[in-house]
Amino acid sequence: MAILIDENTRVVVQGLTGREGQFHALRNRDYGTNIVAGTRPGKGGENIESIPIFNTVEEAVKEEGANVAMTFVPPAFAKEAVLEAAFAGCELIVCITEGIPAKDEAEMYDIIKKETNSKLLGPNCPGLISPGKSNVGIMPHEITKQGNVGVVSRSGTLTYQAVHELTQLEIGQSTCIGIGGDPVPGMSFIDVLEEYEKDDETSSIVMIGEIGGSAEEEAADFIKNNISKPVVSYIAGVTAPPGKKMGHAGAIVSGNKGTALAKMDALKDAGVNVVSNPTKIGNAIKKVI
Amino acid sequence: MDLFEYQGKSLYQDYDISHPKSSLVKDPKELQELKGLSYPVVVKAQVQVGGRGKAGGIKVANNHDELIELGNQIYGMDIKGHKVEVLLIEEASEILEEYYLSFTLDRSAKKYLMMLSSKGGMDIEQVAKDNPKDLVKLHISPSKGLDKKDLDESIIEANLNQKYKNELSEIISKLYELFEEGDCDLVEVNPLAITNEGVMALDSKVALDMNAKFKHENFQILEDEIPIPEEEKFAKEKGLNFIKLDGFVGIIGNGAGLVMSTLDVVAEHGGSASNFLDIGGGAKSETVSAALEVLETDPNVKSVLINIFGGITRCDLVADGIVEATSGKKLKWPIIIRLDGTNSQEGLEILKNNPNDNIFISENMDEAAKLAVESGV
Repeated sequence: MAILIDENTRVVVQGLTGREGQFHALRNRDYGTNIVAGTRPGKGGENIESIPIFNTVEEAVKEEGANVAMTFVPPAFAKEAVLEAAFAGCELIVCITEGIPAKDEAEMYDIIKKETNSKLLGPNCPGLISPGKSNVGIMPHEITKQGNVGVVSRSGTLTYQAVHELTQLEIGQSTCIGIGGDPVPGMSFIDVLEEYEKDDETSSIVMIGEIGGSAEEEAADFIKNNISKPVVSYIAGVTAPPGKKMGHAGAIVSGNKGTALAKMDALKDAGVNVVSNPTKIGNAIKKVI
Repeated sequence: MDLFEYQGKSLYQDYDISHPKSSLVKDPKELQELKGLSYPVVVKAQVQVGGRGKAGGIKVANNHDELIELGNQIYGMDIKGHKVEVLLIEEASEILEEYYLSFTLDRSAKKYLMMLSSKGGMDIEQVAKDNPKDLVKLHISPSKGLDKKDLDESIIEANLNQKYKNELSEIISKLYELFEEGDCDLVEVNPLAITNEGVMALDSKVALDMNAKFKHENFQILEDEIPIPEEEKFAKEKGLNFIKLDGFVGIIGNGAGLVMSTLDVVAEHGGSASNFLDIGGGAKSETVSAALEVLETDPNVKSVLINIFGGITRCDLVADGIVEATSGKKLKWPIIIRLDGTNSQEGLEILKNNPNDNIFISENMDEAAKLAVESGV
């Protein structure tokens, strides 16, 4: 099963003609992902390594049956691109683009939620991979292994770290998801946790959080009441100086809420096994499977 | 990016938001020549730290002589480690009532949030704690914007003086426009005051969303006016995300999450980081050698830990950067390197082919942190 994407996923790449878009689209295709189309206004009819280019997502959906969009469009045009994919009927839009203004993010989230049935992952996220089936994003698939642990994280490279720890112990993953650390992410921890709870292939969950915001506290509440599968968690930023921005727009400590300790306490209170160091994730999962 | 009060007020000017008439003084010699303001005036230290009033950074001058005296007194003052280098001289208004207003993003609701209170001019956090009813909160749909009717209802609910409801509604709408159209993370006015000259925004706390820089030409100008801590200047020039800390283990990593986590693991092994340094995604070899150069300027560094998990970033390029920066040099401190992910084998090969007595490879993050702490003590 895995969640959100699998071997039947058909991906349209927005920004396929750009350097990043092309690199990752081809890499993901080599992995076995169905990359069925790309879009670039004005370049319809062309192709890149035999991937057909369309002017609009709507055409890609109609002609190639695309159902998931992977977006590499630059920040200034990202909002329009994501909305285009949503209105064209893509079930899931994975927005990799970094540096989108918070107002654009808030607005696009609001419109997608009110006017479409699409799910948005990101922006500013590494995307997701269902190992052995499909990779929609920029995660290095070499470090993943097919299996039964669902991984969800706010951070990019820290996600890789966590996945790597699992794979090193021969523990595979059903799906690995980076939700991104921006102020207004599309899918939240809760949205992803809900999917993992329903998924037969997922038997346990790893959740990686970091300082700033209150998404982890809200997730803890949700886990307490709705998640029956074992959860292992790690929160980065215990020693981060308060009030400083640390790269992710999201990583701002404000008051008591948002500190690593507050998040760890909330998660422990929800019955989650919180580890103090990302290298301990693998062994913690090993104990529950 | 947090703005100084005077910068926020220059944005008020752009959005026609009424605020006191003022002059800016960047050199105390200018005080002598200052004309065009009617007394009394308020002399306000421009520092980015709370509590400047209590620290003596805000004073009222009743005439020109007092202005010069107080201006010289406040200029150059140290307020909680911030040196006063700019003064804002404002005409003092007769304040009849003081309110609080702010617009910000409520991240958990994924909507904008307006907060309004009749209890302005004081610590609003305390008000929120003691009398939460005195702080009216209104969520605003990002796609629809601030609804006039909702705003008017909030003005009534917050118990603001109804005699001024039209003026209040107008100035609050303009402040919202600044927040929304101006791509601000925060617009906070405390106090928003009713004065003998009408409704006015007496203070400004504005933070800009720098991701929106491409939409606003003035963001760069405002950014250039904000001094960067000396030790972070060089890093900024090189495009590195660097924050100075107090410890002794220099940290270089890719991705904010992984770097934060590296700081934590170093602490777990009894060490402490001298900095936070994120080379970002897709770093080139120059980025890595620049990062090492940045650490060389810090005398507190005793050992260096490079922790890379390649994704977009390629480990072979990271290794190239390390070799470029260290080849043939006698290093000041040991460097412990951990490379994983994209092209890590190639990266490790490059390091192996360019050995340096002070460079050590470690196979995992935990061990690397431990080694960095031990070799730095």
